[in-house]
Amino acid sequence: MKSAVIVFPGSNCDRDAAVAIEGITGQTPAMIWHKETELPDGLDLIVAPGGFSYGDYLRCGAIAARSAIVPALKREADRGVAVIGVCNGFQVLCETGLLPGALLRNAGLNFVCRPEPLEIANANSRFTAAYQGRREVVFPIAHHDGNYVADEDTLDRLEGDGRVIFRYRDNPNGSARDIAGISNEMGNVLGLMPHPERAVDLLHGGDDGVGLFQSVLEAA
Amino acid sequence: MKAIVRIDLKQGVLDPQGQAVANALRGLGFDEVASARQGKLIELELTGETNVDSARARVEEMCRKLLANPVIERYHIDIVAVAPAE
Repeated sequence: MKSAVIVFPGSNCDRDAAVAIEGITGQTPAMIWHKETELPDGLDLIVAPGGFSYGDYLRCGAIAARSAIVPALKREADRGVAVIGVCNGFQVLCETGLLPGALLRNAGLNFVCRPEPLEIANANSRFTAAYQGRREVVFPIAHHDGNYVADEDTLDRLEGDGRVIFRYRDNPNGSARDIAGISNEMGNVLGLMPHPERAVDLLHGGDDGVGLFQSVLEAA
Repeated sequence: MKAIVRIDLKQGVLDPQGQAVANALRGLGFDEVASARQGKLIELELTGETNVDSARARVEEMCRKLLANPVIERYHIDIVAVAPAE
């Protein structure tokens, strides 16, 4: 499986993502600096990693979403390549318009950092099929701005179309309808605040994240 | 010429920072504070622009492309003519 991880100034989960992908797929992802304008041909997966791109200046993910690499990312997403935005990457995908809604400051104002139980709200998605019907996973969360908002019509549409992929069991940030992760209409772009790439080895405290990358691998 | 862009969260969008500010003010005895909303102010110095309308149109475009996120924010632009240096 051919994959790429986009690296923005201030990304800090890019290597975690690369190590997770390499461990699960056996192939090293290409690390793509944000100033590039092209992505490698024939990709099966592109990851927008977690971190604090541009120091979260202006709005989280706002400046990264206007990077030189983003038009190429949008092109690949439109072609159906799997795209995963984790944490800051989720914020970036919302800012690019690839995913609807926005992520605001956590309702409780605190930075939350803990293992988080999640419901797999759509077990048949491109990102969850390998869990084979399992209903719950635990991924770590670590964010200050994870409070998902969208207008009511958008939320209804997300729920109605099975585009809510993960839901918090114990909402840590005030997200509308306990949403932790959503997909685009085509189902090939996933954004989520929790970190599956930080749960791929029992030494991490759990390896529930493996199934997410395994799902993409099996669909590739 | 200067543009002063004020960006606020839309009405109805939860503003936990504003709530914390209001709570802190009430804690200091300012009981009259019913609520607070926190926004941001961006001051842009514009060069080579002399027409207020075209300056405003450019700043509108800046707001749409980067400065504000229409999902959660609204913006207000003031164009201020700066007196030429003596």
